Amino acid sequence: MKTRRIALTVNGETVEREVPVRQNLVDFLRHDLGFTGSHVGCEQGACGACTVVLDDQTVRGCLVLAVQADGATVETIEGVQLDDLRAAFHRLNALQCGFCTPGMLLSARELLRDNPNPSRQQIRDYLSGNFCRCTGYQAIVDAVETVALERLP
Amino acid sequence: MKAPDFEYLRPETLAEALAMLARHGEDGAIIAGGQSLLPLLHFRLAAPAYLIDIGRLEPLKQIVEGDGYIEIGALVRHCELAASALIGREFPLLHQAVEHIAHPGVRHRGTIGGSLAMADPAAELGACCLALAGDVLLQSAAGQRWVGMADFFAGIYETALAADEILTAVRLPRRGHGGIQIFNEVARRRGDFAMAGLALVSDRGLGSPRLALLGVSDRPILAVRAMALLSQDPTATEAAIALIGDEVDPADDPAYPPAYRRHLVGVLMRRTLAELSP
Ligand SMILES: Cc1cc2nc3c(=O)[nH]c(=O)nc-3n(C[C@H](O)[C@H](O)[C@H](O)COP(=O)(O)OP(=O)(O)OC[C@H]3O[C@@H](n4cnc5c(N)ncnc54)[C@H](O)[C@@H]3O)c2cc1C
Ligand code: FES
Ligand code: FES
Repeated sequence: MKTRRIALTVNGETVEREVPVRQNLVDFLRHDLGFTGSHVGCEQGACGACTVVLDDQTVRGCLVLAVQADGATVETIEGVQLDDLRAAFHRLNALQCGFCTPGMLLSARELLRDNPNPSRQQIRDYLSGNFCRCTGYQAIVDAVETVALERLP
Repeated sequence: MKAPDFEYLRPETLAEALAMLARHGEDGAIIAGGQSLLPLLHFRLAAPAYLIDIGRLEPLKQIVEGDGYIEIGALVRHCELAASALIGREFPLLHQAVEHIAHPGVRHRGTIGGSLAMADPAAELGACCLALAGDVLLQSAAGQRWVGMADFFAGIYETALAADEILTAVRLPRRGHGGIQIFNEVARRRGDFAMAGLALVSDRGLGSPRLALLGVSDRPILAVRAMALLSQDPTATEAAIALIGDEVDPADDPAYPPAYRRHLVGVLMRRTLAELSP
């Protein structure tokens, strides 16, 4: 098994590790660093359960190799502040099993950063890459919309 | 599944990358954004002995204004096309099309060079670059060549790229003022690959239309008969709508039979022309 040494910042801490070159970022975060909040569904980019933030942008953690993240800054659900979004998801039943939730929250957080006042259609479009098998999406869109409105000055 | 093992190479310069490719091109693969290649590795549909990561080649990340053209580096990501004011001004077609590519997380990594090299027949950017009469620059340790988009695409996932070549840039000629650029597609859900798509580029009203279609052939194609008809008579829109479906020969696909895709092409043509006469 080929390995390579990488150094990166994960949730604010510098990490240096020897990793198998074929290991993807989400496996590295989960297995080597214990950040199991990012989930693994399809490993082909379809479901978005593995969403993490790489240099300030959401990415599929399964479609980035850990070695590609050498030198980068990574945030996982464990490392970000999203109190009002989290509370709104809870309050409005925007999750059931919770498998999709970390990815949903990170995508929703990014949407509201870039577009503080999105329409419901824009919310749906932005979250189209995050599959939820439980909720039927309606409550998720409600939660994101509610937080957007609450945050408006 | 997990990717098979490989040797990981990360060149810091284009010259270094081309030298690596000259040695390992036959049993190696380039990785750019990885948004098509990593799924292939996970499915074990590809098992390169060497993975050459071109992600650190900074010169390939530029969008450059030339005399009469814009040159987009191969590593310009989908999200960067969407964010570029220059692209929005010169090629609104690309801004419209990028919105249809996958989802934000994929657009943050996927590159234009990767999309063109992958040559998925339903990819948006291939059809747009064809409609915009682009050329790609293919470089190897032995030299370089420019290839027009129509000659670049050779079939499903097939291109003119040789094993030792890197696609380093796509050059798009600037269009005159007052031109038209419209992109439309039909997909099952937001971000899915399209069942059919259409890119229209024309200068001087509908006077010199280029119509490129995606998802209805083994590669992006020009609807040459509809183009000829409209350039003779720009008012012959109904005839063009009626004719364009017959120009394509979609593969047999039980989910979306050829007759349905031909129908979609006509629908897209009608939608596109309707945008011209509000
Ligand atoms: C869930 C999902 C949905 C998607 N939906 C769409 C969609 O609707 N429309 C669409 O167009 N695309 C879609 N894609 C694909 C996406 O656009 C990819 O980003 C793109 O096809 C490949 O770009 P990349 O930079 O990721 O290439 P990579 O995956 O890194 O490479 C793809 C192929 O091209 C080769 N290659 C890459 N760069 C070069 C280069 N510069 N020179 C020579 N060879 C090169 C590689 O060796 C490989 O064979 C989707 C992907 C996913 C995961
Ligand atoms: S596990 Fe990465 S997108 Fe499904
Ligand atoms: S809450 Fe179960 S998948 Fe979304």
